[in-house]
Amino acid sequence: MSSLDPVTLAILKGRLEQIADEMDATLYRSAFNPTIAEAKDACHGIYHAETGDTLVQGTSGLPIFVGAMAFAVRAVIAKVARDGGLKEKDTFIFNDPYEGGTHLNDFRLVRPIFRDGKLFCWMASVGHWLDIGGNVAGSYNPKAVESFQEGVRIPVVKLISEGQMNNDIIEIISANSRVPMSNWGDLNGQLNALDLGEKRLGALLEEYGAQTIEASFEAFSNRAEALMRSAISSMPDGTYSFEDVLDNDGITDEMLTVALDLTISGDTMELDFSRSTQAAQGPINISRSTTIAACYVALKHIFTEVPANAGCLRPISFNIVDNSLLGANAPKPVAGYTETILRLIGVVLGAIAQADPDRATAAPFGTINALSVAGHRQNGSRWVMFSFFGGGLGGNPVSDGLNHANNPISTATIPPVEILEAAYPVMFTQWALRPDSAGAGVHRGGFGAVYELELLGGGDVALLGERGKQAPFGVLGGEPAALNRFFWQTEDGEKSPPMASKITDLRLPAGKRIRLETPGGGGWGDPHRRDPEKVLHDVKLGLVSVAQAKALYGVVIGTDGEIDMQATGNLRNGVAA
Amino acid sequence: MSNLGTIVGVDVGGTFTDLFYFDEAQGRFRTNKVPSNRGDEAVGFLDGLKGFGEIEGLDSIVHGTTVGTNALLERKGAKVGLITTEGFRDVLEMRRRDRRHTWGLWGDFVPVVERDFRMEVAERTLADGTMRAEVDVAAVRAAAEKLRAMGAEALAIVFVNAFANPQNEEKAVAAARAVWHNENVACSTQILPEIREFERTSTTVLNAYLQPVVGSYLGKLEKALEGENFAGRFHIVQSNGGVMSTETARRLPARTALSGPAAGVIAAAAIAEAAGFPNVITGDLGGTSFDVSLIADGKAALAAQTTIDFGLVIRTPMIEITTIGAGGGSIAHVDAGGLLQVGPESAGSRPGPVCYGQGNTRPTLTDANVVLGRINADRPIGGKLARLDVEAAKKAIEEHVAKPLGLGVMEAAEAIVRIADSRMAGAIRLMSIERGHDPQKFAAVPFGGGGALHVSALIKDVGLKAALVPRYPGVTSALGCVIADIRHDQVQTLNIFLDGIDIEAVGTRMVEEADKARAVVEDARLSMERIDTLFELDMHYVGQTHTVRVTLPARVEGGKSDVSAEMIRNAFETAYQASFSRLLPGVPVRIVNLRTSAIGIRPSFDLKALSAPTDTTVSSATTGTRQVWFDGGWHDTTIYARLELPEGCEIQGPAILEQPDATTVVSPEFRARVDLYGNVIVERKA
Repeated sequence: MSSLDPVTLAILKGRLEQIADEMDATLYRSAFNPTIAEAKDACHGIYHAETGDTLVQGTSGLPIFVGAMAFAVRAVIAKVARDGGLKEKDTFIFNDPYEGGTHLNDFRLVRPIFRDGKLFCWMASVGHWLDIGGNVAGSYNPKAVESFQEGVRIPVVKLISEGQMNNDIIEIISANSRVPMSNWGDLNGQLNALDLGEKRLGALLEEYGAQTIEASFEAFSNRAEALMRSAISSMPDGTYSFEDVLDNDGITDEMLTVALDLTISGDTMELDFSRSTQAAQGPINISRSTTIAACYVALKHIFTEVPANAGCLRPISFNIVDNSLLGANAPKPVAGYTETILRLIGVVLGAIAQADPDRATAAPFGTINALSVAGHRQNGSRWVMFSFFGGGLGGNPVSDGLNHANNPISTATIPPVEILEAAYPVMFTQWALRPDSAGAGVHRGGFGAVYELELLGGGDVALLGERGKQAPFGVLGGEPAALNRFFWQTEDGEKSPPMASKITDLRLPAGKRIRLETPGGGGWGDPHRRDPEKVLHDVKLGLVSVAQAKALYGVVIGTDGEIDMQATGNLRNGVAA
Repeated sequence: MSNLGTIVGVDVGGTFTDLFYFDEAQGRFRTNKVPSNRGDEAVGFLDGLKGFGEIEGLDSIVHGTTVGTNALLERKGAKVGLITTEGFRDVLEMRRRDRRHTWGLWGDFVPVVERDFRMEVAERTLADGTMRAEVDVAAVRAAAEKLRAMGAEALAIVFVNAFANPQNEEKAVAAARAVWHNENVACSTQILPEIREFERTSTTVLNAYLQPVVGSYLGKLEKALEGENFAGRFHIVQSNGGVMSTETARRLPARTALSGPAAGVIAAAAIAEAAGFPNVITGDLGGTSFDVSLIADGKAALAAQTTIDFGLVIRTPMIEITTIGAGGGSIAHVDAGGLLQVGPESAGSRPGPVCYGQGNTRPTLTDANVVLGRINADRPIGGKLARLDVEAAKKAIEEHVAKPLGLGVMEAAEAIVRIADSRMAGAIRLMSIERGHDPQKFAAVPFGGGGALHVSALIKDVGLKAALVPRYPGVTSALGCVIADIRHDQVQTLNIFLDGIDIEAVGTRMVEEADKARAVVEDARLSMERIDTLFELDMHYVGQTHTVRVTLPARVEGGKSDVSAEMIRNAFETAYQASFSRLLPGVPVRIVNLRTSAIGIRPSFDLKALSAPTDTTVSSATTGTRQVWFDGGWHDTTIYARLELPEGCEIQGPAILEQPDATTVVSPEFRARVDLYGNVIVERKA
């Protein structure tokens, strides 16, 4: 079985990935909710019958889900082990964040695939539904201190039993959402995707036989494991420590630490998070499974050559303290989980940068900036504009960081200004790159952005963001980027939130503006070694100020707008002017 | 509408220029192939035309060009200046906040217009078209003068929400033109009056970026033609598969981005439909890539936009082409995890495969086909090389694939072909099965040089009905130039609710759009039977972001349209139901865009002109036998001169059909027949 010929293996790899890709595409097209349709907040794959390990993933699924899905399948396996009764044509549904989930909006559907009367593997689908109750529309409550204020928790239950849909469950879910129609549409999209995946896998099983497919699963995992072990071995043994902070939990204004001690020992790696903060009161906790999923995302971004299946996690062990910020249990609130996993991905990048400078990547901007602006139109109808915003990626060995990118956990695109203005009574006055926001370095970070808008008819504003107190870090001598900032206009000038980047219940009259300034990415390498011509180019483009060129890069720009070579040489060599 | 005449299709490729001459009155055709001359395409162009006699005597020339594509891919367009709304100069660089790859955080992006060439002026229009601030024309003039002084050769003007009210853009264009030194000034509403500022900016800017390049290229060709006293019409194929005048091409060069491949797809569609295969998947196997397109019910699938490279988006209807990095030059190697991979790295056409003897030592797909005996090493396609080095190819496969995998060299060569076949099959599956089409109803139509080598495997791997190899695969694109209809597409964002719609205003708008589009088509002055006008609406339920494309059965006649609210609602519900099965009664419906296409239908081209001879026999077409490797062993395989095979004959596999520009491989379990149009149809044995 293990000696599957390499040609068949290569063919099956493509065929299986295509099945998962096709499941992704089916859901994007048939979903009603734009978070899935446009932002692709969904994922599909094939999972191991006994362990739930990820065997095959689509290439377009949301990165964070790629890591999290195995835990979802394991939650179903545990349920079946407890209660029994697994039958062909069953399908399970749940959103429990503490048992294999992420946050309440993410609904998982898990279906057993049988072959000759025996469980052969699992297929699963996850998608972000628009609203599942709780105190705030969209179930993204920045003030939640318990999961019950975030929405309705559905444990692992059987939605379809031997092909028969249990409509009672759908009615319960529908009764607990502000947008039952949207959820119903998404559920159908996910079922479509599972039906299609099952059909395609069935055809492949017919063509190649179950034994060959099973052998290929094993071979793919072994291959991923071998590639991961070889990547780990290429780094010197030792313990590499890195820590970063979250501004606050939105309830108490205290920083929270995410600390990692990463130990390389031969071809294994340990990720020890035990020095991290205890569980938070506000909604920035994450469960153990989400922590592992986030590490997987970070490692996949660093070791891009390692394929996306469970094999790559085999050489890696975790130490996550139960009931902590990174190992939260029910009912600790988790809606803002994205901010914490972004910090987690950052500390993995930071620790790897020490272990292997060739792979060193400075911190991405590191906050999703969930901004909600809502109000009522003149005709009385309610409007809610909800979006995430971009920033810069970190400098790295091959290039400067990318300007205005999405976060590493996502591949979502941002809606155009014109679509937002057509839909909501707002007028953007600025949608631009933010000068001096990138971390300086030999390869500087990418630039963050400035988004400024006028409320044409007034409205209520809420923001859940981060990086207001500790900027995205640089690596190998690179400088940190700029902080995240948020302002609103009042009669007495501009104001900023007391909790840095978190605020709710902010009511503004018509004609007032709000402005969000996002961080760039951190810098890579000592900025004094950056080619002065490149610094000058950034100055000429208006992205780096003359002052920053001098202060951070040691490049003096003369009044003629060109480099003062002598002054630059003196400054860079430490000669006093 | 115009008289029949003589027309030549010219497809300028990287290596060869292919030409197809057709006498419309007499139904006669001829083909020609001459070397291309990169950088001075006019030389090959004229040489090729002269092969048909005096250029002076030709009535029209239709050209499929890659000059725009190459300029985009190699970033060799013009210096462009951009004037935009205050606060929005970075839209082009900020994109839609995407990243290059799902996995991996490295790499940056440099826009084709850097920040110092992007200037802001005070002006603002709101989303509903309300004028918030009139444009400061003095500031526009000053910005244009500054950009000109900095060396900009083309000027693009893009204002936020201009799709809803183009007044400020129009004023700005007038102001800029007064101080600009050439014709290359355009605003976004002249190029793409559609909502979404990034896509509109990118399209407008890339159009400006190509304008001087395409303009000077066309100028050179026109001058060369003038020198030969050519007095006919000279046209260009667009990415949508239709033909446009050179005047339109100069104004809208972004529409030439897929000119070359689109012509091939149009010809493949016409050939296949005549042969009784309205559903086909075309496959163009080149040196570095395999391009796939789908034709359902005789119509090529059109994509609304294409991404040329990361961050370079052109939004205009284009033949939808899926490209994968698997071509004849794709390199086979065993990766760190022990898996055999073919491509995406490619040896291209220079140095090319190992067997070309031009310095490459890593095995390619072509090398594997040569070692397996599928390609005739003594008579390479294209006629540039005298013979291919089989031993060198074998050695490379031995070293880089066979040894690392513990296989024999023949098994390794077969493995390379199988992996490549499976990647091509994957690309076809993406276009067909994934879109809900049943592959058993589709035939593969390979064109270009290499595709016919792989047709048997593609039929088997994807479960296709058959494959159809056109009589002259190498000149398919040139033939497409001759038979393509004249076409002009327009879009206008409306953003109006269906409930309470002012249907009179919509009807008037449709008449205006139709008149504009028809005028462009009429101006082409090629012979055409009639002009059809098609209307489509992009519509959705309010709250959705994606739209469904709704074909409107409306007609415009005598300055009036028969459109009604009921017609629109019915058409929307039909289209929505086809895509999503359930309607959402009670949810308001919005019309986002009106799309108008005018199509000048060309006189039908009788493809029987391409038919095979009737005075030959299968045995007279047989050139010999050789050993060819299939399914793990050598097979005695008959070799045929494809062009000599008589109409109606049938051949059993294994067989190799050779012709100057292609090789068709018929595997042991397949058979081939020659149809009434000279095509070879490959099917499973009964």
